[in-house]
Amino acid sequence: MPARVVVLGGGVGGTLAANLLAKQLGRDAKVTVVDPTGMHHYQPGYLYVALGQANGRWLVRDERTLLRREVELVIDGAVRIHPDAGTVQLERGGSLEWDYLVLATGARLMHEQIPGLVEGSFGFYSLDDAQRLREELRRFRGGRILVGVAGIPYKCPPAPVEFVFMLEEHLRKRGIRERSEVTLLSPLNRAFTIEQASKVVQPFMEERGIGLTTFFNVEEVDPQAHVVSSLEGEKAEYDLLVLIPPHHGQQVISDSGLGDVSGWLPTDRYTLQVQDRERVFAMGDATNLPISKSGSTAHFEAPVIASRIASLVRGTAPKTNYGGRVMCFLETGNRKATVLRFDYEHPPTPPQPNLLWHSAKWMFNRMYWETVPQGRIPDLPKAREKGPDDEHADRANA
Amino acid sequence: MTTANVTRSIDARGMPCPGPLMSLIGAIREGTVGDMIEVLSSDEGSKTDIPAWIAKAGHEIVEVVQEPDHARFVIRKVR
Repeated sequence: MPARVVVLGGGVGGTLAANLLAKQLGRDAKVTVVDPTGMHHYQPGYLYVALGQANGRWLVRDERTLLRREVELVIDGAVRIHPDAGTVQLERGGSLEWDYLVLATGARLMHEQIPGLVEGSFGFYSLDDAQRLREELRRFRGGRILVGVAGIPYKCPPAPVEFVFMLEEHLRKRGIRERSEVTLLSPLNRAFTIEQASKVVQPFMEERGIGLTTFFNVEEVDPQAHVVSSLEGEKAEYDLLVLIPPHHGQQVISDSGLGDVSGWLPTDRYTLQVQDRERVFAMGDATNLPISKSGSTAHFEAPVIASRIASLVRGTAPKTNYGGRVMCFLETGNRKATVLRFDYEHPPTPPQPNLLWHSAKWMFNRMYWETVPQGRIPDLPKAREKGPDDEHADRANA
Repeated sequence: MTTANVTRSIDARGMPCPGPLMSLIGAIREGTVGDMIEVLSSDEGSKTDIPAWIAKAGHEIVEVVQEPDHARFVIRKVR
């Protein structure tokens, strides 16, 4: 009987893991993806939608078209995971049995956690939010724009920085830059979480007249007075407020008693197994790992999970570990970008922003649909990835 | 030592920057005035980040103890 593998979530990680598992295990496995909408979003594109540079249609495709023919797609929500019984209960009443479970459930945007955020601010972390922001920006004729982060961790740490750079350029092109102020409200004492990258981008922010308010952890928005307040006791007035909402893990993770207080899955940083669960793996935004929540992270984790499940199914020693590898582009506007490549052991050393990396990001955006979900991206040089199974893997290879 | 008065303890050892500071900020957000929050951090950046944030946010550092492999901060939520 083939091994039953259920993947919860049809985002970048879940889709790639399912395709790789089906390819590697062939008839030895029956792979099923469960996704509540059956539609796959290319989330890095939301930024372009918000700024009127891309159409939302480009960012969404039917998940079925991205999966190998032999992978089954179930369009339904997961409401409860029973790890001991090896089942997942579905929203419409059915349930699925599994031998191996991959949790690629992503993150949940918690707009309602910050009083006044829904009524008083705009965002670009969902397609709907990005489209609303685009309309608001069209009406904008000048004033003070504040861009802030209302909780850490959040997806794609460089995105708010990219947004302020691209917004500044957008206002300039429309001839309203002189009448506008752009300020980034950062919860930290630098532009964003990654220190080395902050050092590279902050001088460019200064050069472009983009303000930076540090240690501003958003606590409340007053939509009538147009004032945002911080936990640190500061208040800032705005004409247009753009906030990244707090993020949590999915409800099904919390309801199943698998997550921490915020619903993130306690995950082994090398094997990607959920704590104390040999046959349950987690990836992407859903984990509690101390690395960026981003599509890139899931992209590099998926082959590790597929390989490890294939080893378990075949009874061979696991050959790969996840070393914390992430690679992401950071747009700085004016047709320039830099790149952040890092892992658990090696912090990023981003180059000065240039046209090459801007072009690389555009090329990646265009190639995504035909390459990433199917595992067609060629492997890039990487840092040595170490883990507790190295010795094990070495022995197996000998 | 102020261990007896600690109302919440956060073991952030092994957590890279900005994890320890963000865990502290989360505890302050959820806590009540007078809470004594202990943070254990092995991240070097915490030695500057945590005092800098406490100064801006108007809370109080009660104690900083350097242990062999980590630092122990005790913070009082003042407002």
